[in-house]
Amino acid sequence: MKHKIWIVARREYLSRVQKKSFILVTLLTPLGILLFSILLGVIMSAGSKADQKIVIKDDTGIIRPIAEEDADFPYDFSEKSFDVLKEDYGSLGYDLFVYVPALKDTAAMRIEAAYYGREKPSLVLLEGIESRLSDQIELYRMRRSNVDKKLLDSFRARISLENGAMDPDDPSGTAAAGKLNIIIGTALGGIMGFMMYMVIFIYGSMVMRSVMEEKLSRIVEVMVSSVRPIHLMMGKLIGVGGVGLTQLAIWGFLLGIIMVIAPALLPGADPSELSEMGSMAQMDQATFDGFSGKQVIAALLNVKWWLIIPVFILFFLGGYFIYSSMFAAIGSAINEDMGEGQQLMLPIVFVVLVAFYMLFPVLSNPNGTIAVFASLFPLFSPIIMPARLAFDPPMWQLALSIILMLATVWFFIWLTSRIYRVGILMYGKKVTIKEMFKWLRYSS
Amino acid sequence: MSILKLEHVTKRYKDHVAVDDVSFEVEPGKIFGMLGPNGAGKTSTIRIITTITGPDSGVIYFQGEKLNQSHPSKMGYLPEERGLYKKMKVGDHLLYLAQLKGLSRNDAAKKCKYMLDRFGALDWWNKKVEELSKGMQQKIQFVATIVHDPVLLILDEPFSGLDPINSNIIRDEIYRLRDKGVSILFSTHRMEQVEEMCEDIILINQGKNILMGNVHEIKNENKKNLFSVSYAGSLPASFNGGLELVDRQDHKAIFRIPEGDTPNHLLQFLMGAGCEIHAFHEILPTINEIFISRVKGMHHEA
Repeated sequence: MKHKIWIVARREYLSRVQKKSFILVTLLTPLGILLFSILLGVIMSAGSKADQKIVIKDDTGIIRPIAEEDADFPYDFSEKSFDVLKEDYGSLGYDLFVYVPALKDTAAMRIEAAYYGREKPSLVLLEGIESRLSDQIELYRMRRSNVDKKLLDSFRARISLENGAMDPDDPSGTAAAGKLNIIIGTALGGIMGFMMYMVIFIYGSMVMRSVMEEKLSRIVEVMVSSVRPIHLMMGKLIGVGGVGLTQLAIWGFLLGIIMVIAPALLPGADPSELSEMGSMAQMDQATFDGFSGKQVIAALLNVKWWLIIPVFILFFLGGYFIYSSMFAAIGSAINEDMGEGQQLMLPIVFVVLVAFYMLFPVLSNPNGTIAVFASLFPLFSPIIMPARLAFDPPMWQLALSIILMLATVWFFIWLTSRIYRVGILMYGKKVTIKEMFKWLRYSS
Repeated sequence: MSILKLEHVTKRYKDHVAVDDVSFEVEPGKIFGMLGPNGAGKTSTIRIITTITGPDSGVIYFQGEKLNQSHPSKMGYLPEERGLYKKMKVGDHLLYLAQLKGLSRNDAAKKCKYMLDRFGALDWWNKKVEELSKGMQQKIQFVATIVHDPVLLILDEPFSGLDPINSNIIRDEIYRLRDKGVSILFSTHRMEQVEEMCEDIILINQGKNILMGNVHEIKNENKKNLFSVSYAGSLPASFNGGLELVDRQDHKAIFRIPEGDTPNHLLQFLMGAGCEIHAFHEILPTINEIFISRVKGMHHEA
C-alpha cells in the first residue's frame, strides 16, 4: 500500500497542475520577468541620459573652438553677457548655465568654474560636464605643445584579462576561465539567488494559504481521522514542491530551447540580448560589449551545468522545505484573519530579506568571508549557495552546506509539524509566536 | 468483548480539564450515545479515541488491544465540523478519502460507486463539491465515513443541517450498519435523538461522566411514578391511599402513585369512582429532563 504521504502529495500536486491557471501562470511569468527587466533597464538608462540642456559661456576662448570640431559635443555655447545668461538661461530654454572664466594662467592645473541652475543637478551630470570641459582643455594643450593625439593614443595599451585566460585545472588549456565566465557566473548567480528568493515567497505563501483554507473550511477535521497531521503536512509540502519543480522544469526547458534557437535564428545577434536576464542581477548590459554572440554561447555551454543544475534543484528543495514548513505552521495558527498571518510572517520575511541583500556582497566577492558564512548558514544557504555555484566554490563547502541544510530541513519539519498539529484543530483564539512555541511542548 | 473501552481517561489543556476520568464501553452491534451540552468534552473524547490526541492518563482498548495508530483505519469518524474541498469532483474526493482510509484505488472506486448508488447519487460523480447543496455534501461525507467498512462508527452530530427526508435516509443507514454488527458511537447534544436511537448512553458535563447505562433502565431508575389517564366522566373529588393528582386538564389527568404502590390501584380507584378510562400510560422522564436535573444537581454540589 502506498504511504498516505504520497496519496496526499498526489492530490496536492494534481489539483494545482491540472488547473488552467497553472499553465497560464507558468508561461506568463518568464514573459513578465522579461518585460520587467526591460522596463527596469529603460528606467535605469533613462536616468543617465543627458536630457538636460546646458549652456556654456566660455571666457577662456579655448574650449569653444576645440569643442566645435566635435559634432557630438552635447552642450551649447553662448556669447551673450554673463549677466544676461545668468538671468535668462531659463527663458532661453536651458536647465543649467555653466560659466568658465578667463584663465589667468593658461597652464593652470586647477580651473574654477561656476554653474547656475534652479534645480540641483545630479552628481553624475556635474562630473560629466567637468570631464567634458577638461578634455577640451587637455586637447588644446596637446596641440599647443605639438603632441599628436594619434601618437599619444598609440602609446596606450589595454590589458584584457579575457584573452589568453586559462583554467588551471584544464591541462589542454582550451577552457576559458576568463572575465566572460565571471560575467556569466555573476549573472547566473544573480538569477539563481533571485529565483530562490521568489520561490520561498511564492510557494511558501501557497502552502500557507492552502493550510489556512483547510483549517477554516474544517477539511482537516475530516482528514486527521485518517492521516497523521505530520503526514498531511509532509504530503502538502511534497505536492506543492512538486508543482514548483514542474514549473522550474518547464522554464528550464523553454530557456534551453531559446538558447539553442536564438543563435541559429539570429546569426549576428546582439549578445546583449542574451544578457537581458542578467540585468535582473544588476548587471550592466554594456559589460558584454566586446564579446561576440558566439563567445557568449560558448561560455554558456562551458558552464558546469551538470553540477549546477542538480545542486540548484537540491537547494531549491532544501530552501523550499525549510521555509514552507514555517509557512505551514503559520497557516495552521491563523483564524479567519490574514492580518494575523502577516504578523507571524514578519520574522521569516526579515530573515529572507537579509539573505537576499547578502546576494550583492556575495556576488561581488563570491569566495569572501561573508559568502562562505552565508552559504553555510542553513537559513541563508538556499539563496546564497546557488548564487556562488557558478564560481566553483570549494567542494567541502558545498558538501558541508548541503549537509547542514538537510539537517535543518529535518529539524524544521519536526519543529513545525508539532506546531501544525496543534494549530489546525485550534479555533477562535489569536495566536502569538510565544504561544506557538508553547505548542511544541504539548504531548501528542 | 467490547469494541471500545475507555478506562479513567483524562485530558487536560492549559486552562481546563476537557475530559475528566471518563470510562465507558461500547458493545458490538449497538448504538452508544454520548450526550452532553456544547463544550462538555465530547469532541475531546472522540479525538482521543481516534488518536488525534492522546490522553494524559487512562487507558483505551480497541477490540481488546491497547489503542494504537493502526486502529483508526478500522474506525469511521464523521466530525461535527466537517468540510470538503470545494473545487474537487465528488468522485475524486471520495476516492481520495477512501484511499487515505487504506483502500486501493480500484477497491475505492468500486466501493465509492456502489455506496453512491445506494444513496441514489451516482450521477453526482463528476460534479464539483461546490455545486452540491449542503445536505448533499453531508451525504457525501457520510459515504466517505463508511466506505472502508469500519467496525466502529463515530458520528458527531450526524443530523445537524439535514432536512427530515435526508435525516431519515441517514438514520436508516445507521440502523442497517448496526444490524450488520457495526458499533456506533453517537455523539450529540440533541437528547431526543438519543432516546430514539441508542441502547446505552453516557452523559457527560464539564468533562465528567455524570450518568451512564441502558436508556430504559436509566429512565426507569429516574421515573417519578407518574401516570397519565384519559377519561370520560368526572374525577372523584378526593383521593385516598397516597394518590396524588398532579395535573388535570380537559379529561386528561396526571397522577403520582406512592412508592411501592402499583398502577392497578390507581385504575381500580378511578373505575370504582365511575370514571371511564380511555387511555392509561406511565410517564417516564425524558433523557433531557434527567440530564437537566443531574446537571443542576452538579452545580448545587459545587
